[in-house]
Amino acid sequence: MLKREITYLEAIREAMQQVMKKDNDVYLIGEDVAEYGGAFGVSAGMLEEFGKERVRNTPISEDAIIGVATGSAVTGMRPIAEIMFSDFITIAMDEIANQAAKIRYMFGGKAKVPMVIRAAGGGGTGAAAQHSQSLEALVAHIPGLKVVMPSCPYDAKGLLIAAINDDNPVIFIEHKLLYKNKKYIQHVPEEIYEIPLGLADIKRKGKDITIVATSLMVQKSFEVADVLKNESHIECEVVDLRTLRPLDLDTVLSSLEKTGRLVCVEEACSFGGYMGEVAAQVAEKGFDLLDAPILRVAGKNCPVPYSLVLEQEMIPNTERIKKGVLQVLNMA
Amino acid sequence: MVKKMENIEKSKQKTGYTVIDGHKIRNYFKELDPEIKIAMLKKMYEIRHFEDQTEQFIIRGQIHGTCHLYVGEEATAVGAIYAVEKKDYITSTHRGHGHCIAKGANIDIMMAELLGKKTGYCKGKGGSMHIADVTTGNLGANGIVGGSIDIATGAGLTCKIKEKGKIVVCFFGDGAANRGNFHGALNMASIWDLPVIYICENNIYGMSMPVKEAFNISKISDRKFSYGIEGLTIDGNNLVEVYNTVHHFADYCRAGKGPVLIECLTYRWKGHSKSDAQVYRSREEVKSWMEKDPIPGYREFLIDDGILTEEEDRKLEGEVVGELNQAIKFAEESPFPDPGTVEEDVYA
Repeated sequence: MLKREITYLEAIREAMQQVMKKDNDVYLIGEDVAEYGGAFGVSAGMLEEFGKERVRNTPISEDAIIGVATGSAVTGMRPIAEIMFSDFITIAMDEIANQAAKIRYMFGGKAKVPMVIRAAGGGGTGAAAQHSQSLEALVAHIPGLKVVMPSCPYDAKGLLIAAINDDNPVIFIEHKLLYKNKKYIQHVPEEIYEIPLGLADIKRKGKDITIVATSLMVQKSFEVADVLKNESHIECEVVDLRTLRPLDLDTVLSSLEKTGRLVCVEEACSFGGYMGEVAAQVAEKGFDLLDAPILRVAGKNCPVPYSLVLEQEMIPNTERIKKGVLQVLNMA
Repeated sequence: MVKKMENIEKSKQKTGYTVIDGHKIRNYFKELDPEIKIAMLKKMYEIRHFEDQTEQFIIRGQIHGTCHLYVGEEATAVGAIYAVEKKDYITSTHRGHGHCIAKGANIDIMMAELLGKKTGYCKGKGGSMHIADVTTGNLGANGIVGGSIDIATGAGLTCKIKEKGKIVVCFFGDGAANRGNFHGALNMASIWDLPVIYICENNIYGMSMPVKEAFNISKISDRKFSYGIEGLTIDGNNLVEVYNTVHHFADYCRAGKGPVLIECLTYRWKGHSKSDAQVYRSREEVKSWMEKDPIPGYREFLIDDGILTEEEDRKLEGEVVGELNQAIKFAEESPFPDPGTVEEDVYA
């Protein structure tokens, strides 16, 4: 029997639809999520299926979108708030960082804030500095938030369902280049399923070096692993963190027991980036496992530029990842 | 000599209606049981004495960080919260003790929280600016000025979707009315007809910034025009006027007619916080507002109306002092939290 294959975008939509069918407290709120179907078409058709009350179009007020979602979550709803571009979470940073993330703690554990903030992140679309950022480190830094960045359709569905069912605010960052690209379609079960938050996945086994990545960088790491296997018989192990917070360090360390070498790949600017945290924790807890210094392959330390030539220079590509792997293997 | 407020006199009139800022509003207060009228006086005493004690703790260094006192504004919190139902939600402000007490918080547990004790409402993790009691519908004070405005709006959305008949009272100050989220939230509430009573406590200063310099309009409630909603400005030191107005608009919200913006004119007697030298205002100005103290005006009104005797009033205030002494004892004798719990309650 032919197994059904769908895109990342379709997997995200299916996750929302299936949970909303089961749970009346779940609703979608955001800019242009109704008739328009969301800026990237993720919620296309959901207005017809669930109606205006549950697929709630908003004015351009990111702060109010997140604040309203937070207030409704504290009082018993389970909102999914869509922020069109992850860059725009900065407009709602008070609501995210000072309110949603901290309500439970500030109130001594006597409230919960079950909500998901979905946002499209990442560059590669030629959309320049304010529509291309990877801001996951900003939110992963804040206690009280969970942060998820799926790399493929199967994970996107299972992780989003888990995020919606989680009783904490979860920032769910989707990658624009993964949404519709047929290259990344995958078999995704039709039934409802969850992938627990805080569980990394060894997506490709290998014995020579560990590549830790998230989101689109996992896919790029696969390409590099293929090339290195063909060219030099190097076997890369690719660990997809899937959830940035909580971080599944154990899976990273167990991979390092085998390989002893670590390259961390991220699209965001390296300075203060999330992979700095991974590198620090590995250095603190797994130094003895390392046969070589840890290397980060990350975005250059500038805003995402407009010209495609410059953008390609800023964001890590397969060449840079390959070079990084060879460097850690002392083969550069 | 305490000036009695004109509107209190008005509310004593035999007619069942009063006109407040152009709105014909029924005198719901007149129909109340005397016990409730007395209970509201008691609540105002509770807030006043609680805050006086809090100030003492600040001076003695037993309350650290910062704290914002509600003294002088009691009629707004008490009048508004008594005008809605127990099941309704409130969100409080940067200056939140008054709303919390008016909503029915236990002052033992509140005082314990201010002292950072394990037995406090937030197990010592919130303090003055984050006191909340979600189980009684108090969604919390807020350390961010205006931080509650959109949270209240979200609670209003919950009411509209699945808790029909409930409403939200959202308190915020004049300073908060200039935050960007004020606009986003009120606009959203207005397009969705959410049952939220936005109460702007205009106490004349946002920290040191006078309202007359922070706004180019003379009435903050005029912002109602931007959202196509009802709104008005009332005397926030007149409990009867606050009660009647909020009651009127609570019915309006419950009927699904959408949000409303009520500006309550009041004044904070104390500085913005403990570190405020108050160089931006004169003693005369403070004194003139202290003459408009909401408590004696209301007390005289109850006595004149034959609801309360001088002796009963003294007894009432005595009870409050006794209860507060109990709260102080409880808070002081309570243990501090176990340091080992510092990372608990981050996640559900």
